Amino acid sequence: MIITLPVFEWHPVYLSAVVASAALLLVFVAGTLAARFMTRHSFAGQDLVDGLLLLPLVLPPVVTGFVLLVLVGNNGAVGRVLNERFGAQIVFTPYAAILASAVVAFPLMYQSARAAMQSLDAHVEDAARSLGSSEWRVFFTVTLPLCWPGLVAGAVLSFARALGEFGATIMVAGNIPGLTTTVPLAIYFATESGDLKTAALYSGVIGVLTLGMVAGLNSWMRHLLRKRK
Amino acid sequence: MRQQNVLPKTSCIYVLLHNCAREQAGLLKRISPLPHGRSWGKQPSPRLMQEVSRRITTLLTLILTVLTMRQGTAHGAETILVSAAASLRESLTEIGSSYIKSRPDQRVRFNFASSGTLQQQIERGAPVDVFISAADKQMNALGAKNLVIHATRRVLAHNELVLIVPRTSRIPIESFSDLSSPAVRRIAIGAPASVPAGEYAEQMLRKLGLWNRVRLKAVQGKDVREVLTQVALGNVDAGLVYRTDAATTPQVRVVKAAPKGSHQPINYSMAVVTSTRHSAAARAFLNYLQSPSARAVLRRRGFIVPR
Repeated sequence: MIITLPVFEWHPVYLSAVVASAALLLVFVAGTLAARFMTRHSFAGQDLVDGLLLLPLVLPPVVTGFVLLVLVGNNGAVGRVLNERFGAQIVFTPYAAILASAVVAFPLMYQSARAAMQSLDAHVEDAARSLGSSEWRVFFTVTLPLCWPGLVAGAVLSFARALGEFGATIMVAGNIPGLTTTVPLAIYFATESGDLKTAALYSGVIGVLTLGMVAGLNSWMRHLLRKRK
Repeated sequence: MRQQNVLPKTSCIYVLLHNCAREQAGLLKRISPLPHGRSWGKQPSPRLMQEVSRRITTLLTLILTVLTMRQGTAHGAETILVSAAASLRESLTEIGSSYIKSRPDQRVRFNFASSGTLQQQIERGAPVDVFISAADKQMNALGAKNLVIHATRRVLAHNELVLIVPRTSRIPIESFSDLSSPAVRRIAIGAPASVPAGEYAEQMLRKLGLWNRVRLKAVQGKDVREVLTQVALGNVDAGLVYRTDAATTPQVRVVKAAPKGSHQPINYSMAVVTSTRHSAAARAFLNYLQSPSARAVLRRRGFIVPR
């Protein structure tokens, strides 16, 4: 009987945390602004735009990955320009992992932010405007604080989704151990090679991380809400 | 013929489902008055209920009919499932179709993936009849657990590892040592732990003293065909695949073959899986793979076939 030790490394855990945090940052800003735009304006084809923004949520992640690969690949529409103008390459870098996670997690943030803003009483904002506040001031001092619980909920969902991203990530970021291999990819390739102990270890670590984060944010939220009352 | 087979089955399913739905509707009506003065809301009329149950029955019947029809086509012929290394896709598909032409009572289905993936699937009880591996390692692992029948194990063919670049590449890559140059940003190889082509690639790069310099630019694919595609699409600057893979697309150019002795010999071995329920059919297919016509196909596709 040969006892093999699991090949656990911290790099995938560290990379996953960085990628998910960076994706969350992008998605938080983009999702909140998009939700604000979509709730404040009405225009022709709004439902179509809304559908497009939610598309990564309903599409299989590999389809999202495929579309991204076609766009930012070295011979893709965006990738070619970046490569020729700036000599920059996105595919198979950690930036590609951030991009993939952000695109896939975006609809969750957008959806939560939009729901929070729709349920907001427009009169409150109008009151601030009538007192002479600029649009941005209204946004930062009235809209954002009142929508905060919805935004945090969206952020938690997006972060968790970004942390677990696999399908789109493997297509655009690839599997370069020590550079682009995130925890989900490490789990997949460990299982493929029959190293179930390593796969179980990574699964445990990501489970503990996610649980800790969700529980922590929930208790913080409760604290915030209690303070507000 | 198929129509005659399916029609009675369809009506059987319909009658069964319809009775079931009617019973359910009856049951719902009987239990519908709730205690404590609550109710199910407005009572639906019996006719509406009937109509709804009939529509649902029709839909379910259609779905089930379609599902059973697919099974019906395989009826009569004996079907074996062959799990084979990804690099054998074209050759085996061609050999398989000529096989079923010569043996109309047989059907062959293929499952192509990396040998490591296929090994894992067989270890977890996938209903596979024949395993064809691109390396001895995976076959040995299954042999050690008695998951393949040792007496049926044969060598199918040999192959060669080559360095390829995208056809339109402008990066000067003429030798293996060029891979460590900063101009080469990404190299695709198979994941060494589960993809034989990747394991051979790692052995060779280590032998040439290049591994540590290229490790952090090596994108590890889940099978050798993914490596080929990444090179063909130009998303990486170079890749290491088998000569036979490189020959399947005009979008890549072969730069060089791996030096002799820089990696273990590339043996494709095949064996019948122990848990097979089609032992005779599986053995017959293995024999056919060693026939002159099958060997001719392999040779034409670039494999080195033992005489």
